[in-house]
Amino acid sequence: MPTEPFQIAGSIEDALSAMATGARPVAGGTDLVVGARQGKSPLPSNLVAVDRIVELSTIEQNAEGVIVGAGVTHATLMTDPLITSGYTALADAAALVGSPATRNVGTLGGNVMNGSPAMDTGAPLIVLGAMIDLRSQGGSRRVAPSKLWTGPGSTSASDDELCVAVALPKRSERSGSAYVRLEYRRAMEIAVVGAAASVELNDEGVIEQVAIALTAVAPTIVALEGLTDLVGRRVDEDVLAAVAAIASSQAQPISDLRAGADYRAHTVGVMARRAVDAAARRAAGETIEVPVNRAEGVGRTDRP
Amino acid sequence: MSDATHQEGGADAARPISYTLSVNEINYPVTTSPGSALLAVLRNDIGLTGTKEGCDDCECGACMVLVDGQPVNSCSYLAAQAQGRAVSTVEGLADSSDLHPLQQLLLDAGGVQCGFCTPGMLMSARALLDRNPNPSDDEIRIGLSGNLCRCTGYDSIVAAVRQAADQLDSSTGS
Repeated sequence: MPTEPFQIAGSIEDALSAMATGARPVAGGTDLVVGARQGKSPLPSNLVAVDRIVELSTIEQNAEGVIVGAGVTHATLMTDPLITSGYTALADAAALVGSPATRNVGTLGGNVMNGSPAMDTGAPLIVLGAMIDLRSQGGSRRVAPSKLWTGPGSTSASDDELCVAVALPKRSERSGSAYVRLEYRRAMEIAVVGAAASVELNDEGVIEQVAIALTAVAPTIVALEGLTDLVGRRVDEDVLAAVAAIASSQAQPISDLRAGADYRAHTVGVMARRAVDAAARRAAGETIEVPVNRAEGVGRTDRP
Repeated sequence: MSDATHQEGGADAARPISYTLSVNEINYPVTTSPGSALLAVLRNDIGLTGTKEGCDDCECGACMVLVDGQPVNSCSYLAAQAQGRAVSTVEGLADSSDLHPLQQLLLDAGGVQCGFCTPGMLMSARALLDRNPNPSDDEIRIGLSGNLCRCTGYDSIVAAVRQAADQLDSSTGS
């Protein structure tokens, strides 16, 4: 067991060393500490604060794409030019998380490792083809989110593995992405349901690639299957209707205090079609401000 | 009843640690459990009770303080994580006997009724004006979106922040 109940890591190595002897990492604490206050689970007996590790807080571009440090906050994700220009769905999602206070301390790595099926950043990571970099004293590995998230609040990572970064592959010029969620209020909200889409168009405006993932309709964030029929078509009303139908049919939601299962299955289709519509318009060069929820009035009662 | 000092086991039950917290530019030596929330330490150990406990669940914003100038829900932020950082609370807002313009204008506009949300509201507003001296009404509402008020309906609060922005802007001559 570690000798100190609370340590502040100055480097990734410091954090891994503490975790090797049983300490659990805390970044912003917006899930971990809130969960303890709510009585979900007590705080771990030994904590290592990872929020001062400079190596975790950078966003860097390389030949393969962009590497986002696990300690990058939502406030940074929603404004960083690399994210808002190339990985806009992730910026849309980060801008919807909690309130300014939540976004100042909440981190992408914290979201990823908390493994909530309702996390706003999860569906964007899936459609953007993100890979998760984990490190322990035993070594490093890169894992797909779909292999990492095993159920509500559970992951395949071992206790001594720290999420150090999220790798986002390079995007084509003719691609766009978007995330929208159904919400009952505009702040301190958790997605009732949500959907992210990534669309790549060819020079004629025809779909070359499309990916869609859903929030809060299954034990984990889920990627939609059976989208290959959409390739080669224009994003018109028929395609958007097909998207909604596919999303609703593949959702396996539960009923809880936020919504019933039938309502979730229906509305996730609406979110999916709006996500694809916004992603395709961005791919075609249209500017839709981050987040789509505010720019397009999702959730407004006076929306036409 | 919810209580910021509630002991949950784990890090809350671990042996106490000692460190220094800088609050409103004054250093306070404290000895707390590693799991103590900043809110509990401010109120119970340091004795600064201006910061309020509302929900103790990171929802209402009554506990809002600034850490290195950024608003943070102190009910859910570990006090030990604030060591080496500058914590600002509502007690540090006024300049000796003079209320900060945000405080005075909030009173003048009727933006204070029961007053329980006011300290958190003031800290969010201050952080907003520090980084954006001339916010739009939309930006004010987003800046205060983590602070719930059950009395005012918010319009008077938004108006007060707008007036404070104008007053601070003209007083700095920018």
